[in-house]
Amino acid sequence: MWRKTVNVVMLSLTGLCALVAVSALFFILGYLVYHGGRDVDWNFFTKLPTPVGEEGGGMANAIVGSGKLLLLAALIGVPIGLLGGVYLAEFGGKTVPFVVRYTADMLNGVPSIVIGIFAYAVAVMPVRHFSTFAGGVALGIMMIPIVLRSTEEFLNGVPKAMREGAMALGASKWKTIATVVLPAARNAIITAVLLSLARVAGETAPLLFTAFGNRFWSPGWSQPTASLPVMIYTYAVGPYDDWHRQAWAAGLVLLGLVLLINVIVRTVLSRGPSAQRS
Amino acid sequence: MATAHTTVESAGVTGPRALLRRLTSGDEIARLVTLIFALMTVLITGMIVVQLWVNSAESRHAFGWRFFISQEWDPVFNKYGALPFIYGTLVTSALGMIIAVPLGLGAAIFLAELAPRRISDILTFMIDLLAAVPSVIYGLLGVFILVPLMRTEIEPFLKETLGFLPLFQGPAYGIGFLTAGLVLAVMIVPFIISVSREVLLAVPREQREASLALGATRWEATWRAVVPYARTGIMGSVFLALARALGETMAVTMVVGNNPRIAASLLGPGYSIASVLANEFSEATGTLYLSALIELGLVLFLLTFVINGLARLLIVVTTQRGSGVAQ
Repeated sequence: MWRKTVNVVMLSLTGLCALVAVSALFFILGYLVYHGGRDVDWNFFTKLPTPVGEEGGGMANAIVGSGKLLLLAALIGVPIGLLGGVYLAEFGGKTVPFVVRYTADMLNGVPSIVIGIFAYAVAVMPVRHFSTFAGGVALGIMMIPIVLRSTEEFLNGVPKAMREGAMALGASKWKTIATVVLPAARNAIITAVLLSLARVAGETAPLLFTAFGNRFWSPGWSQPTASLPVMIYTYAVGPYDDWHRQAWAAGLVLLGLVLLINVIVRTVLSRGPSAQRS
Repeated sequence: MATAHTTVESAGVTGPRALLRRLTSGDEIARLVTLIFALMTVLITGMIVVQLWVNSAESRHAFGWRFFISQEWDPVFNKYGALPFIYGTLVTSALGMIIAVPLGLGAAIFLAELAPRRISDILTFMIDLLAAVPSVIYGLLGVFILVPLMRTEIEPFLKETLGFLPLFQGPAYGIGFLTAGLVLAVMIVPFIISVSREVLLAVPREQREASLALGATRWEATWRAVVPYARTGIMGSVFLALARALGETMAVTMVVGNNPRIAASLLGPGYSIASVLANEFSEATGTLYLSALIELGLVLFLLTFVINGLARLLIVVTTQRGSGVAQ
């Protein structure tokens, strides 16, 4: 009897744990919609921030800034991650892939603020001013290990018979990879790239002292720029109610974007490769 | 299948003619190009270490090992000691782990052992979404929802019931170690759940069936046969989560109170390595100040590096042992 009681109690407790963990997601979403929903309007997407006390300000510059940072990040992270992943999966011997894999996992575990220090040291210190470029470097470095490891994984998932078929037709190895293997894993790799973009889109810490912030438009790539996550941070810790409302609105937009990418990519795109394989 | 295989093998034959053919067909070039990109990952990681080391030289020479035992952090007089920050990082992470590990493990057991496959998949999907929530969002909710709640409800309650402990004394500010630990716990639970769930799912069926056949209840089979089998992997997931907690910046910065202070009370404001970097780095004037901050970054890097290494080792050991037994 005692054992049965323990059984029921402990099993319900594990269920409760799962419930608590999952409910956190709904709490987060609920609070953001409740507090930020009213202020996500047309102005938010089209106007510059206004001085405190003036109505109708928006975060257009931060949204564009985030977009530019993500573009730079993708330009750095995708080629290195993708081609590196091709090497690991297709050409690798024993030692080099082991070292690359190990350092990639390490790089993935480096705190984002430390990556920010690195970007500061290589892209801010030499030119002596904050820039969009430096922020892009920080985010790009964070993307590399994610794209690298998932590319490798997905390429390894492409059936051997497809490679053998192409080679039997006389294709060289790189032609096989470029025309058969990569297209077969295309959807999976796009998934990985989008997920890694969603991950770095919300990064704040490495941008604080690389892209910094800006209350106006940031022309070109060498000026400091505003970005959504940094705006949320500065507005949330600031003293004004106006700012707090804007921070909630920006939080809702950022979270909506990140979750939307995650849901779409995980439910729609990730089915692609398995469907192709069967 | 067998014939196709030999074709591939013969294409890989070495020798001058084969090499020439591979060169002209572009294989060697493709191999080299991708190799260069693969090595760039190693190069960048190496450069991070070098930059942290070189740029912290001034502070390392000025303070030596005293940096780690000094409590003084005074930019005006150029005196820098890391102890309050290291203390704050360790305390907030430990608090986060104390809350997150039982919660995460419980949820992982539910998802891997009890829940029907469909429900488990849906819940795991939501947990993955939770892991994708940016840390600044956790900070936002921490500042506006959790901090007032802590100040008016939870901390007075803790003081009333557990106030005799030095841990829960002093005024209830709302911000502080405890609040930061709570936010960290919510942030790292998804990581513990998803890795532990996978480790638990990898435990061979026989382990459960043998235990159940001997008359164990479902819980006894899980707790005495399945969990011990997956113990090393679960430890790995815990260390991965710990490394995340140590390096977590934004959410902690927004609720920890930003006051370099070592005190027994968990209710009071504190600081952490990552938070001081976030707050002071862009405003650091003077090379020694900057260098001391970069040395803090180096400390954080080494801390997470060791913990991550340990985590990967533990996970590799379990998965290898698991496959060994399965064969």
